[in-house]
Amino acid sequence: MKTLFEKVWSDHVVMQEPGSPAILSIDLHLVHEVTSPQAFTGLEKRGLKVRRPERTVATMDHSTPTIKTSLPMLEPMARKQLETLAQNCERHGIQLHAYGSDTTGIVHVLGPERGLTRPGMTIVCGDSHTSTHGAFGALAFGIGTSEVEHVLATQCLLQHRPKTLEVRVDGRLGPGVTGKDVILAIIAKLGVGGGTGFVIEYTGSAIRALDMAGRMTVCNMSIEAGARAGMIAPDDTTIDYLARTRVPPTDRELAKWRALPTDEGATFDRSISLDASELVPMITFGTMPDTGIPIDAPIPAGNDKALAYMGLEAGRPLLGRDVDVVFVGSCTNSRIEDLRAAAGILRGRHVAKNVRMLVVPGSMKIKRDAEAEGLDEVFRAAGAEWREPGCSMCIAMNGDEVPAGKFAVSTSNRNFEGRQGKGARTLLASPLTAAASAVAGKVADPRTLV
Amino acid sequence: MEKITSRVVPLPVDDVDTDQIIPARFLKVTSREGLILFADWRAPGKPAAILDTDEAKGCEVLLAGRNFGCGSSREHAPWALVGAGFRAVIAASFADIFKGNALKNGLLPVEVDEATLAKLHAVRASDPQMDVTIDLEAQLLLAPGVAARFPIDPFAKRCLRDGVDELGYLLAHLKEIEAHEARG
Ligand code: SF4
Repeated sequence: MKTLFEKVWSDHVVMQEPGSPAILSIDLHLVHEVTSPQAFTGLEKRGLKVRRPERTVATMDHSTPTIKTSLPMLEPMARKQLETLAQNCERHGIQLHAYGSDTTGIVHVLGPERGLTRPGMTIVCGDSHTSTHGAFGALAFGIGTSEVEHVLATQCLLQHRPKTLEVRVDGRLGPGVTGKDVILAIIAKLGVGGGTGFVIEYTGSAIRALDMAGRMTVCNMSIEAGARAGMIAPDDTTIDYLARTRVPPTDRELAKWRALPTDEGATFDRSISLDASELVPMITFGTMPDTGIPIDAPIPAGNDKALAYMGLEAGRPLLGRDVDVVFVGSCTNSRIEDLRAAAGILRGRHVAKNVRMLVVPGSMKIKRDAEAEGLDEVFRAAGAEWREPGCSMCIAMNGDEVPAGKFAVSTSNRNFEGRQGKGARTLLASPLTAAASAVAGKVADPRTLV
Repeated sequence: MEKITSRVVPLPVDDVDTDQIIPARFLKVTSREGLILFADWRAPGKPAAILDTDEAKGCEVLLAGRNFGCGSSREHAPWALVGAGFRAVIAASFADIFKGNALKNGLLPVEVDEATLAKLHAVRASDPQMDVTIDLEAQLLLAPGVAARFPIDPFAKRCLRDGVDELGYLLAHLKEIEAHEARG
């Protein structure tokens, strides 16, 4: 009797010597411009080549502008970083979804939508939100630049076997409550270090009921509880999604995937559970992702340092507090389903005068699909900015920033000090809550509008 | 790396994330140069202001809080710490990816219990000249009134001690890797 994690893990262990970590074989290595240049330099210093370029896929997302422009126009450091990745890919025969191309997008949006991410795989990337791909029943985790070099050189990694943590969510989500609210509630329960050393498997009827976009949102933020990976067993929802990609499942794959889910009676090192029917829209008040509270709850006491940075007072609710910026985007919430949810609220309404709203699709494909549905018109008519794909205000490396001291309701994944720009104050929430807040000009409960 | 004896830089803050250690705007580099450690925490009154004082000169050990290094996978965080002269960080716990990244860069994560950490901060507060000694072989941390064992993964210890590198280990097993791949 094995868990989903144990099946994928044991399938990929090449060997393990006593007292050493396991050598884990990697099926898919995703690469982007920020964490790879030093790895390629290291590789070339040793005179090595990329061992399996066909298992390596690169994109440009972090430092790319979201306004239409061209490479020569970019700020010199960003340009050099993008040019370096292009040269490295060229030299090593790696497929690149370059800036400005028709197939580019955020690395964790691209893998799933191009059918690269598949159940039972091991997937790594020099980015901690690689956990996103676990929504397909893959073992996917973020690595550092030294490890990027290891994978480039050998298509393997040295890994200690993590422990397993089951997070079970049973019951039905109420209207206006989304996958984002589920994961913010889970992180609030576990704490930012609560998942350290574990791989999470999300189970239960509420998880099963989520579509792939919702599942990706949940797995995406596993790292915010300290867990390197989050997984959800593949089922018909997974298979239907993959059937619509460029690479539909083969019969052989389907047979393999059916055997992946955790066996009845298999045990986890630790388990927690939540009742979906008790969950409400969540929003964070602090500078760590575990500071999520129900949207209408007062800010709890005992976080003086965070509250001083945020300019907030304990005992008062966030609901009704003025906001300056609303960001819908990032690998957490930039898929077509997220954009539809936000557009659903904005249709026939207008973004408040005091608010700047930025909508950034996760990929070129999502951008085109959204435009085909007329979502861009909805956003523009409501007074929001409709941008080119990229990480944008999630990490604020590309010029899209929240000004110092200003409040942003953001669908991204981190509210760390300065994450969205020096001095920026981030309130993490779902696309519904973000759109409702944009319309109200204040933190708003989406349940009043859906 | 055998033994480190050094004064410490105190940073008694929990959940120090990698965006504080090295803010994202420094991630546009294509080498390991040009990183300013705790760039946004060095102004007067901020937690890392001490880094610009004489007290911090020559210190090789950072005395931190709980859950140090949470957040992103950026290896720029240990690069910035090593670049600033640090060889060890003492904390009550570390985030996974940070710990791995640190070890790969010769930066030793020293994990002690909360009481020991509190004691170290207290002693340092009364004596800025406090020395700590970190003995990798014995996995022992010594300071006035403190003798604490710390855990370290045996493989990582071997790598640090013998200067062995992980990539070398992997490359030495290419045959096994190929055989595994051939099995499909
Ligand atoms: S959107 Fe944000 S979290 Fe996702 S890959 Fe980009 S920077 Fe990282």
